[in-house]
Amino acid sequence: MAYTAHFKVWRGDGSGGALQDFDVEVNEGEVVLDIIHRLQATQTPDLAVRWNCKAGKCGSCSAEINGRPRLMCMTRMSTFTEEQTIAVTPMRTFPVIRDLVTDVSYNYEKARMVPSFAPPADLAPGDYRMAQVDVERSQEFRKCIECFLCQDVCHVIRDHEPNKESYSGPRFLIRLAELDMHPLDTVDRRDVAVEDHGLGFCNITKCCTEVCPEGIKITDNGIIPLKERVVDKRYDPVFSVGSLFRKGQKRSAPPT
Amino acid sequence: MVGLAAKPYERTTTVVTAELERHTYDVVVIGAGGAGLRAAIEARSQGKRTAIVCKSLFGKAHTVMAEGGIAASMGNVNEHDNWQVHFRDTMRGGKFMNSWRMAELHAKEAPQRVWELETYGALFDRTPEGKISQRNFGGHEYPRLAHVGDRTGLELIRTLQQKIVSLQQEDFRASGDYESHIKVFAECTMTRLLKDKSGAMAGAFGYWRETGRFVVFEAPAVILATGGIGKSFKVTSNSWEYTGDGHALAMLAGGTTINMEFIQFHPTGMVWPPSVKGILVTESVRGDGGVLRNSEGKRFMFDYIPAVFKDQYAKSEDEADRWYTDPEHNKRPPELLPRDEVARSINSEVKAGRGSPHGGVFLDVSTRLPAEVIRKKLPSMYHQFMELADVDITAAPMEVGPTCHYVMGGVEVDPDTAAAVVPGLFAIGEVSGGMHGSNRLGGNSLGDLLVFGRRAGLGAADYIDKLGGAHPKVVDQIIDAAAAEALAPFREEGGENPYTLHMELQQTMNDLVGIIRTESEMTEALGRLEALKVRAANITVEGHRQFNPGWHLALDLRNMLIVSECVARAALLRQESRGGHTRDDFPQMSAEWRKVNLVCRVDENGVSIARQPLVPMRPDLLDLFEVDELEKYLTEDELPGGGH
Ligand SMILES: Cc1cc2nc3c(=O)[nH]c(=O)nc-3n(C[C@H](O)[C@H](O)[C@H](O)COP(=O)(O)OP(=O)(O)OC[C@H]3O[C@@H](n4cnc5c(N)ncnc54)[C@H](O)[C@@H]3O)c2cc1C
Ligand code: SF4
Ligand code: SF4
Ligand code: FES
Repeated sequence: MAYTAHFKVWRGDGSGGALQDFDVEVNEGEVVLDIIHRLQATQTPDLAVRWNCKAGKCGSCSAEINGRPRLMCMTRMSTFTEEQTIAVTPMRTFPVIRDLVTDVSYNYEKARMVPSFAPPADLAPGDYRMAQVDVERSQEFRKCIECFLCQDVCHVIRDHEPNKESYSGPRFLIRLAELDMHPLDTVDRRDVAVEDHGLGFCNITKCCTEVCPEGIKITDNGIIPLKERVVDKRYDPVFSVGSLFRKGQKRSAPPT
Repeated sequence: MVGLAAKPYERTTTVVTAELERHTYDVVVIGAGGAGLRAAIEARSQGKRTAIVCKSLFGKAHTVMAEGGIAASMGNVNEHDNWQVHFRDTMRGGKFMNSWRMAELHAKEAPQRVWELETYGALFDRTPEGKISQRNFGGHEYPRLAHVGDRTGLELIRTLQQKIVSLQQEDFRASGDYESHIKVFAECTMTRLLKDKSGAMAGAFGYWRETGRFVVFEAPAVILATGGIGKSFKVTSNSWEYTGDGHALAMLAGGTTINMEFIQFHPTGMVWPPSVKGILVTESVRGDGGVLRNSEGKRFMFDYIPAVFKDQYAKSEDEADRWYTDPEHNKRPPELLPRDEVARSINSEVKAGRGSPHGGVFLDVSTRLPAEVIRKKLPSMYHQFMELADVDITAAPMEVGPTCHYVMGGVEVDPDTAAAVVPGLFAIGEVSGGMHGSNRLGGNSLGDLLVFGRRAGLGAADYIDKLGGAHPKVVDQIIDAAAAEALAPFREEGGENPYTLHMELQQTMNDLVGIIRTESEMTEALGRLEALKVRAANITVEGHRQFNPGWHLALDLRNMLIVSECVARAALLRQESRGGHTRDDFPQMSAEWRKVNLVCRVDENGVSIARQPLVPMRPDLLDLFEVDELEKYLTEDELPGGGH
């Protein structure tokens, strides 16, 4: 059942690089990450790659496989034919460090700009009461494994480097949505969503939703409702209609 | 041997200490899993400047993989639960080898630590009354595990990560610098702990994975939170990070480890396809109704209920099935016995020729729960089997078998403060030892991380305050020696390949020091480890220092070899079977052996092991058990009232 596959793997660093050809053994049931590991063990011990769990849970092994943003550990070799050449390249939206490893610090900087969860001041630990239906909406976004594949595919930053300054990308828009939908959060993040995170840049192409390995409905359940809430507020700044949201009015986010 | 105890190298050192990147902190936390992050939050909250150093990116530590939940006796689902019941379950699970003080602190404080996570923004699944929902797990008398579907670890790590971000935002508002009080150094591996002349902790040495450049942290308090050792075994649920670094670092710095012979083989890892062999199938599958069957379709666990547990488990399938809906009047199914029991039973079934096609047994939920319930309650398992094995678990059984999962052994610590024997060194989470005795209950690790993470943060702050500003100073020669050791694999060309050595080590440990052990095999293992050590001294790596996984593995191998030797030596000495240590040649549990901890040390001559008496349990805790239960574990002299 084993066969030899043809791989093209991008090798290089910040100053440049190229695809390098490899012929490598493939066995039944293997995933792309197994093949990368076989290359390390047998042909090119210094091939740089990130991974941790090898089970689709940590979001470390993101790369582009034949141009498509994917987790290497969840991409089975059986999805390709034996004749097919498989190209593995680093995520294009982020600067390359070496080979398949990119500098994803942009994401950590944006994370730091999201105003944190703020529960009511008088609510004691242990006294939190929330209904399952109410937590489920935020829970969907908390499934995020921070693989940053949605960030990689989003054309706003993929094709326009300068936009990184003003736009935080789908991952952090759903983080804002998640906090906004948290039943016990007290902060209104609508202004920062627009002003600090560039909500308006998103033109709802839904490419991010398509690549999310967790199946999070980034656009339909996160970004669109957030945009609607912002519109509500901008039309009627005194009172939030909040048709989609159970909560009443929140106080505006403090500067971070 | 691979540079034990900072042996100076013959070659002159290549590092000019002046060129080193140096940082000064109050507390350095090595490890950014649940334990490390909780400790860092506490240390920072005590006003200490804190660095968090970790091998992978922030938010990716191994804790992210935890599935089932956090054990805490909140009593939300069954009001009879309380800390005493949790304490009893923990001691039973560990077969009374646990540090009873740690088990007590854990049982008492876990609920507060879970509730605190909600104040950080965690969103657990809820009960109908809106409280945190709790699920059944092996060895826990009541539904006790706070959870979020089967991705509890992700919730835990993200919550703590986001709490740290919120502290950084506070610091930014106060100082204009996010990182003024707490900074994460990600993808940075520590290879040595540094001491001052008196032997007190003074910092840590390591390298940036990205550039290969060396870095020194100077700090009076170092908290180890490096996780486990599973990567020394071939079939494991653990990630590449689990190379036993903290265990080895502590011992190389004069610290001690205990319980190293006790390794938990989780009963249910995937067995097929080969490339995913070992990946965990969460215990919640059984907690939520899944059953184990052999090739004859028999629920074989009923044949394996050990005498010590026979009063606590169902005798028939009917009773077991009734328990899910009426736990008050029925006993629990034997599929929920502690992990060591289930793992051994599966092993026996497979050996007896009653296994599944790929050498496991069948774990079935498909005939037990409706498809939509399975998808709702076990989403990542559904996903995992669909994506990786082409199996739809709502329609067909899974094939599962034991996988190396958790090391009960670890750095010997003071239960209240997590302090190790080296002044200024602390250890928490999976790298610490004692809490779980000879076998850990599911869900007790995540609680352990939070309870002792917080305690270590407090312990370190207190230790620093007592120093009164007289911070230990790192000796420069030690830094040079550490740098030379790290560069050794680049010295020559054409030596041993680190990947080959790693594979041989994994095979050795799996085959000879695995789930069932005998003297002859372990003696053989020690011989092979000796040979591997010699070869490891001649490892060479290609390429340069920038993000070079071959080099990283070469350095990790030192730690794996030290830890593997501890496991094998301790396992050879302990002539009984208990929890995560099963001897074919000594199949019984021995009350005499229960009184003995095996303590591992490392010096110029390598690994050595000493016997140390276990601290007798406090009488009020002993009173929580019936005497006839204690008789199963303790010697006559230890029983309350001297065994009357
Ligand atoms: C698949 C799976 C499922 C599990 N499910 C559960 C569960 O449901 N409930 C439960 O209670 N337990 C569970 N466990 C066990 C539990 O997840 C772990 O024991 C626990 O997460 C360990 O946490 P930690 O904080 O000690 O270390 P980790 O989370 O493993 O973190 C270790 C950290 O140390 C860093 N590190 C290591 N070495 C170095 C070094 N040399 N230099 C710098 N940094 C270093 C790593 O980068 C990492 O950041 C599960 C384990 C697995 C594998
Ligand atoms: S929907 Fe918005 S966030 Fe998603 S890829 Fe398109 S522009 Fe980017
Ligand atoms: S939202 Fe999905 S694609 Fe984006 S980072 Fe999270 S898991 Fe990855
Ligand atoms: S290695 Fe963790 S998601 Fe692929």
